[in-house]
Amino acid sequence: MNLEISGLVQRFGTTTVLDRLELGTGDVRSLVLVGPSGGGKSTLLRILAGLDVPVAGSVAFDGVALPRDEPSLRTYRRTVGTVFQAYNLFPHLTAMDNLLLPLVQVHGLSEPEARARVREPLERFGLANHAHKRPAELSGGQKQRIAILRALVVQPRRLFLDEPTSALDPEMTAEVLEMIGELKDLGTQFVLVTHEMAFARRVADLMAFVGDGRVLAHGPPGEIIDHCDVPRVRSFFARILP
Amino acid sequence: MPRWLAHTIVVFLFAALIALAFSRVNYAWNWTGVWEYRQKFVQGFGVTVGISVAALVASTLIGVLAAVLLEAKNPLLEAVGRVYVEVIRGTPLLVQLLIGFYVVASAVGLENRYVVGVLVLALFSGAYMAEIFRGGLAAIPQTQRDSARAIGLTPWQSFRLVILPQAVRLVLPAVAGQFVSLIKDSSLLSVIAVSEFTLAAQEVNSFTYSTLESYLPLAAGYLLLTLPLSAVSRLLERRFRYEA
Repeated sequence: MNLEISGLVQRFGTTTVLDRLELGTGDVRSLVLVGPSGGGKSTLLRILAGLDVPVAGSVAFDGVALPRDEPSLRTYRRTVGTVFQAYNLFPHLTAMDNLLLPLVQVHGLSEPEARARVREPLERFGLANHAHKRPAELSGGQKQRIAILRALVVQPRRLFLDEPTSALDPEMTAEVLEMIGELKDLGTQFVLVTHEMAFARRVADLMAFVGDGRVLAHGPPGEIIDHCDVPRVRSFFARILP
Repeated sequence: MPRWLAHTIVVFLFAALIALAFSRVNYAWNWTGVWEYRQKFVQGFGVTVGISVAALVASTLIGVLAAVLLEAKNPLLEAVGRVYVEVIRGTPLLVQLLIGFYVVASAVGLENRYVVGVLVLALFSGAYMAEIFRGGLAAIPQTQRDSARAIGLTPWQSFRLVILPQAVRLVLPAVAGQFVSLIKDSSLLSVIAVSEFTLAAQEVNSFTYSTLESYLPLAAGYLLLTLPLSAVSRLLERRFRYEA
């Protein structure tokens, strides 16, 4: 994907969260957004995922600008997949029904067609035995992996993942990161917001540091984490890395 | 200990306590007088059932409408909902019935006390339902709405497939409780001379001077209505649980 962001501004009430943010990624498969809390990463991701409309500025994927009206955005959202930190799955449905819902209700598949489509991904990621369970019976890691699958089975152009492991313990975090790593190897395009720096280093084609509402640095992950010459970025990594 | 056994034991102990209290009162029981008026009880019971069902349905609809108003972005619409809820919840049903029937209904020319009674009762209960529904909707995490939007559901699809099923599960206990209250509150319609169950008991009492024999069947009659309601509610709660 080739992402071009220009002059992006987002406000909530009187607070400006994104302050004329600029980013040009060139052609990359995975983009990882890192930075301090409140810096604007999640806000940016929501705009890229078509959930919120910015106050000003433009976003274009592969030369196609994101629309600003809700009906067109809904159409756009149907071509991408988004996974949040928690409470992704609908608790009154089984994992299987969660997976089938977008296929049947949004993409017009019949139920047998939908079931056929989800069978292989469920097995590949070791979740086939858990599909009949409700989210309340699944572990945090299983829930997040089902949520990722739900985003995947509609065959999206790209995935947006907003801190998918931040609510999980280390073991489940590893489970979910492993799945994302596998997706990277399979060629899935994604934009990931995370605090897992070792993982980010491994999977990011490009890393962007978002702070104070702007992109303060962007480049290969090793460069951003180890030798960035922007003081704000250096002090962030000095504080959080062991 | 199985649950039915525990329930039976407690009910039995409770009944034994009541019987003990009664036995010490030296009350001259006279059931024959009351038995002669059994038809009155039955008719009153029927009226109570009819009023309750009508008011239940109406109050649910009013509650949904008011909950929508309460969440409206338009300040005037929200104000209508908020003023309605606060005034109705903050004043006695008795006052609402009297003003409703003797002032408002007369002014509009609505003379049927049964219709007025059901309307006032429905408006009364609707205010509580509105807050129950609003609270239920607010308790659903925002991520649920985000997830529904993210997979491309339309607002109506989101509401029908994601929000409503969760809201129903959340409000079911409170709504059942409100239904039970409504059934008992219907007894107040006696003040505008609606011939429902409580008025029947009051009239029988005034004819026979057998107070306890008039009012104990009344309590039993209301239990006959409210207990099944509670049981159905608990059944639905069990069926709708998020765990298997």
